[in-house]
Amino acid sequence: MRGEEEVRLRPPRHRVDRRAVAWWRVRCLLAAAVPAAVAGAVGVFVGPARPGLWYAAAAIAAAGLPVAAFLPLWWYRVHRWEVTEDAVYVRTGALWQEWRIAPMSRIQTVDTVRGPLEQGFRLATVTVTTASAKGDIRIEGLDHARAAELAEQLTRITGATPGDAT
Amino acid sequence: MRDPEAGWRRLDARTVLATSALAAGVAGGAALPALFALGGRMPLPRAVLLVLAGAVLVTGGGAAAGWVRRRRTRYRIGPERAELHTGVLLVKRRSLPRERIRSVDLSARPLLRALGLVTVRIGTGEQTGSGESTLLLDAVSRQEGERLRKELLDRGTPVAGGEGHRDGTLAVLDLRWIRYAPVSFVAPLLGGAAVGAVLQVSEWFGVRDRVIGWTWDHLRDVPLLWAVPALAAFALLTGVVGALGLWIEMWSGYRLEREPGGTLRVRRGLLTSRSISLEERRLRGVDLVEPLGARILGGVRVDAVATGLATGGGEHASSNVLAPVAPRAEAQALAALVLREPASPVREEALTRHPRAARNRRLRWALTAALAPAALLALLGLLFTGVLLWTALVVAAVTVPVAVLLALDAYRNLGHGTSGAYLLTRSGTLRRSTVALQRSGVIGWTVRRSVFQRRAGLLTLAATTAAGAGAYEVRDAARDEALEFADAAVPGLLAPFLERRSGP
Repeated sequence: MRGEEEVRLRPPRHRVDRRAVAWWRVRCLLAAAVPAAVAGAVGVFVGPARPGLWYAAAAIAAAGLPVAAFLPLWWYRVHRWEVTEDAVYVRTGALWQEWRIAPMSRIQTVDTVRGPLEQGFRLATVTVTTASAKGDIRIEGLDHARAAELAEQLTRITGATPGDAT
Repeated sequence: MRDPEAGWRRLDARTVLATSALAAGVAGGAALPALFALGGRMPLPRAVLLVLAGAVLVTGGGAAAGWVRRRRTRYRIGPERAELHTGVLLVKRRSLPRERIRSVDLSARPLLRALGLVTVRIGTGEQTGSGESTLLLDAVSRQEGERLRKELLDRGTPVAGGEGHRDGTLAVLDLRWIRYAPVSFVAPLLGGAAVGAVLQVSEWFGVRDRVIGWTWDHLRDVPLLWAVPALAAFALLTGVVGALGLWIEMWSGYRLEREPGGTLRVRRGLLTSRSISLEERRLRGVDLVEPLGARILGGVRVDAVATGLATGGGEHASSNVLAPVAPRAEAQALAALVLREPASPVREEALTRHPRAARNRRLRWALTAALAPAALLALLGLLFTGVLLWTALVVAAVTVPVAVLLALDAYRNLGHGTSGAYLLTRSGTLRRSTVALQRSGVIGWTVRRSVFQRRAGLLTLAATTAAGAGAYEVRDAARDEALEFADAAVPGLLAPFLERRSGP
C-alpha cells in the first residue's frame, strides 16, 4: 500500500495571459470606485451626512487600492489551466482554492465569451459545460486567439470522443 | 396513408364539465358575501335574483371558455414526435421528439378525479427550467392517460437485471409508517402557520383583539412560566394533527412498481392522486434521507438520484421521492430492489470516518453561531441595561449545549467510501443524507480547499454528476486519503493530475 506517501494535485501546465492581471486590476478598481463614487456624490448633495459618507468613500478607496494592486498578481500565480487528450483541468482561487476536472467524454458545449472589458484587453473566457448542473469549468483571461484555438480544439476532441455525456 | 390530419385527438369532453364546475364553485363562493352586500340596499328577493343571475353568468362563461379551449386544443402522438397545439388567440405549437421523452406524470385533483379525468405532463426532463420542454394535457380520461403513459414510456427494451429482480410491485404503504409523520419538521411549521392563520383571519373580521383577549382571560390565572409552554404545546399539537393529515393526503395508496419497459412508477395521494414515472436508465443511485426526528426513531426516506428529473419547486419538488419515511431495514431493502442489487450499497462499514480536524471545525462554527446572539445581547446589556446581561447568560446556556451536540453529531455523520459499483458519501445532522452514486455516473471532480482547511490538512471533494443535485460532496476529508479515494472511485480521471512523493 501507499501508506506513507503524500498525494497532491499538481498545478495545471499553463498560466493565463499576462494581460489578465491588468484586466483583473481594472475590474477590482471599478468594483471599488463605483460605490466610493456613489457615496462621495451623495455626500456632496446631502449636507448632514457628508462627513460620514466621505469617510465611507475614503475607506472603500483605501481598501480597494491595495486589493487591486496585489490580488490580481496573486491570482495570476494561482490561476492555471490544462487540456489533455482526456480531460480539462483548471485551478483557481487564492484563499479558497478550487480544482476542477471534467473528462472529454462528458463535455457537452464549449463557449467563448468576451465581455466589453475583456475585449479591451483582447482577452476571452472559455466556458466548458457538462451535463451536471454544477460541473461547468471556466477558463478566464485567455488571449483571444488562444481561446478561439482552444475552443476549436475542444470541440474537435469532444466530437471524436464517444459517449452520451451523462 | 400520409394524411397530415390523421391521429389528432382532443381533450376529454368532461374537461368542459370540470371547467364549468370550477366556475360554479367560484360563483357559489362569491354568492354569499354578494348577497350580504346587496341585501342591505334592496329587498331580499331582488338581491337573490340578481345574485343568481350573476352566478349563472359566471358558470356559463366558465363553460364557454372550457368549450372553446377544448375546441382549440389537440394533440397527436406520432411515430417520431409528440405534438400539442393550444391557444385561442395565439396558437402555440409544441412538439417533442419521442426518443427524448423521459417522463409521463399523471395527477388528478379531487374534482378531476370525481369526473374520471387526469392531467398528463409529458416531459423531456431537460433542465432548462423554462417549461418549454413539457407538454401539458389538462385533461384527458383516465384510460387515455394510462394509454399515453404506456405508449410513450414502453421502449420494449427490457433492462438486464440481477437475479431475483422482478417486475411488479416493489413496495406498498405500511400504515405503521405514519408514526414518523409527527416528528417531521412539518409539524412545528404547520403549528406556527396555524397560529398565524388564526391571528390573520381574526384580523380580517376585526376581532383579533377579542381573540387575544379571550386567550389571555383563560391564561390569566396561570403563571407566565406555564402559559408560554402551554401555548407552544397547543401550537405543536395542532401542527402534529396537521402533519398527520398531510401524510395521509400525500401517501394514501402509495405503491412503487416496476413496469416491463424498465420504468419505476410511484403512485400515491388521497384527494389528489399522482403517478410519477422514472426510467431506470436514468437512475444513477439513491439518497437515503433522515430528517433528525425520523432518524431518532430509526426512519429513513428513499429518494432517487436520477438525471433529468424536474428539480424546480412547486408540485414537482417531490418527484424524486421513491418512498416515505420507513424503518431503516425496509428502506434499505427497497434501495436494493430499486437499484437491482442483491443488497443495498449503503453499508455502515464501507464508510471512512473523517479526521478530527473536521470535528474541530464544526465545533468552532457551532460555538460562533451559538455565542454570536449572546455576545450581542451582552454588549447591549453593558451599554444599556443589566437585565440583558442575564438574558445573554440564559441564551448562551441554552444555545451552546445544543450547538455542541449538533456539531458532534454532524462530525459523527461525516463519512465516505466505495461499495461495489457505488460511491458513498454521508453528511448532515438536521437532515442526514447518505448518497450512493454509481461510480460510472461521476462526470468530473471539483476539489475545494479554503485557507482554514489547508492548515487543518482537509479538503472538500465534490463528484459532479448529471443526476440529482448536480454534485455530491465529501466534506472535510483528509487530503491524501480523499484524493486516493477519488482516484480509486473513478479510475483514470484524476490519476494524470496527481503527484505522489514519499512523506517526511
